[in-house]
Amino acid sequence: MDFGFNLSPSSAVELDKVDTSLFRELCRIEPGARTCIGCGSCSATCTASEHSGMSVRKLLLSLQRGKMRDVEKMLTCCMLCGKCTMVCPRGINTRRIILTVCRLYENVEGRI
Amino acid sequence: MIERMSFPFHPFVLPFLIGMSFVLIYCLYGIVKILVQLTRDERRRFLLSLIKPSTAWKNIKDIFLNCLLHVKLWKRNRMLGFMHSSIAFGWFMIIVLGHVEVMLFLPDRVHLLYYPIFFNFFVAETESTIGGAVLFFLMDFFLLVILTGIVLAMVKRVRSRIFGMRRTTRASFLDTVGLYSLWAIFPLRLLSESFTAHISGGSFLTVPMNWIFRQFLGNDLYYLPTWWAYSIALGIFMAVLPFTRYMHIPAEMMLIPMRNAGLRIMHPRKGFARVQVLSCPGCGVCIDACPMSARKENLKDCTVYLNRQIRRGNEPRIEEISDKCLLCGKCTEVCQVGVDGPALRLAQRSMRKYGINQHYNIIDPEGYIGALGSAKVLYFAGCMTHLTPGIKKSVLSVLDKAGVRYSVMDPDGGLCCGRPMMMAGRWEQTRELIRLNTSIIKASGCDTLLLSCPICYRIFAQKYRLDGIRVVHHSVFFNELSRQGRLAVKRDPELRLAYHDPCELGRGCGIYDEPREAVSAAGVLVEGEKNREESICCGGSLGSITLSYEKRRDITLKSLMNMKAGSPDAIITACPLCSSTFGHYSDIPVKDIAELLDSKS
Repeated sequence: MDFGFNLSPSSAVELDKVDTSLFRELCRIEPGARTCIGCGSCSATCTASEHSGMSVRKLLLSLQRGKMRDVEKMLTCCMLCGKCTMVCPRGINTRRIILTVCRLYENVEGRI
Repeated sequence: MIERMSFPFHPFVLPFLIGMSFVLIYCLYGIVKILVQLTRDERRRFLLSLIKPSTAWKNIKDIFLNCLLHVKLWKRNRMLGFMHSSIAFGWFMIIVLGHVEVMLFLPDRVHLLYYPIFFNFFVAETESTIGGAVLFFLMDFFLLVILTGIVLAMVKRVRSRIFGMRRTTRASFLDTVGLYSLWAIFPLRLLSESFTAHISGGSFLTVPMNWIFRQFLGNDLYYLPTWWAYSIALGIFMAVLPFTRYMHIPAEMMLIPMRNAGLRIMHPRKGFARVQVLSCPGCGVCIDACPMSARKENLKDCTVYLNRQIRRGNEPRIEEISDKCLLCGKCTEVCQVGVDGPALRLAQRSMRKYGINQHYNIIDPEGYIGALGSAKVLYFAGCMTHLTPGIKKSVLSVLDKAGVRYSVMDPDGGLCCGRPMMMAGRWEQTRELIRLNTSIIKASGCDTLLLSCPICYRIFAQKYRLDGIRVVHHSVFFNELSRQGRLAVKRDPELRLAYHDPCELGRGCGIYDEPREAVSAAGVLVEGEKNREESICCGGSLGSITLSYEKRRDITLKSLMNMKAGSPDAIITACPLCSSTFGHYSDIPVKDIAELLDSKS
């Protein structure tokens, strides 16, 4: 029966069980990933956000929470235009983060 | 002139003969290998270009001017040009004249590879003729020219600044061996020819030296060891040549015809790329030119070291250097050989495998097409201009003032042009973005595509196939408007303006004059210390993937210092990324050309 609303699935993340190896590897390659303050400037400017919900802030958060599928979905429309880098108040090299994550996904199992 | 020996051979020629045969076989093998690595289409194009008269003539001209006379180096610095061309051209002339001598005096010996080189050892002069005297004079003259070059080369090792070079390449071990053997060849040749000058004849250099030496050396025993030493020096040089930077001598003769045939680098190591890498003479002109040399730790990330690492097969370093580069293209601009460092790096980047490959199927171009107007001029602001709204506003305002009817392609943000993807070496994604944008532009029915970002402009102008739609950068378009009188710009004779050439617009597309003209219409144009082809990247480039933003600070500051050489009141640029990057550090106003024209009209 459709009531026009439904229960959303639980979004609880059990941090003890999350595999954050990819995030740690990312931080080893680009230490700037740890300095994100989550201000959302990148989300606001992203060219791809309206197409795949891309946002570097969300990308880093999802990686830390082990939401690998979300990350992959987000990244499919990124055009590497560099707007996120240009607006980042922390001067994080976001394009390197994006390219590194795309590369590291070679070893992630169960890709879409 | 008669042959002095009963048999035209002496064991001392062996080191030279072995070295020479080795180089010839190696080069022949190299040529075959490179031809095999080319694709069928490239190979056909290359071989056809060799027999086509116009390209064949261009090849000969370019080889003569670049390999022998080093015209580009002369333009850079006369001392540097003289040093290189004296050695290259002098040596070439000695070889040619050596052959002329043999053909003139002992024509049946010309097939012996070593004979023209060691001519003076094998012959005895019976009568002096005017022809012989002229030839001997020329031989001595060119030997003197080479020796001057060698002395200059030695001076350059200690005082490179005299030659306009702040930094030079750090030579590897084999390069040093090659260098010292090269330096040894010509003094040894002078000595050995002097020692035998009373038998074989000589000219203004060798005859007096022969006389001096004979004053205190009692017998003729010393001349054979000298000829041996000369041959050994040649032999060592030839033997190490394929493994040193001196490989550029044969490789450049291959590079020039291949470039004239229009080949492009497709694979980072094979085919044309291999020729490019081998053609690098390791002179180090690109070290000073590289904007990254503002930081000492990045000195070894310029093209000359990339080429060296590729030759060594040092994969981690190749990756590191390829990713760090800003792709400003200055190394190619100053390179006397024209080694395309950015293209090598792009090819290297394109070899990567990614776990996530972007695809833009879900993007529907109809959504963008619906928002288009019907004007003949279509303005595409691009990502970078969207982040510098002042520039976008000024562009639209100038268009209004000039009465140009326009529509905006991306009023609320559009797609990326594809150039940043291309700079990451991801051709497939680039092609997809090009396809999407092309369909939007064609649907608009415009006849002019106006861009305010050089990054977009470069790819639209060079990679898009827009069938008759004119692609124009705003600096060029506004200059036209101002010349036609449609845009009245008030000139302020007190205002000093320095124009910064964005890499993508200047070196990338060769647009230097129109922006300058537009700036001159609004104020007094002053130049930075390095300008036009040699302008310094602002440091903001999207070309670099790994260079962090705090490290780019020094590059920006260096570039700013350069711009302030003429003590301008404001820095004008034609790129939103440059203006934003400079804006962070500059103490004088930084404006886009559109903002300047808007404020003065």
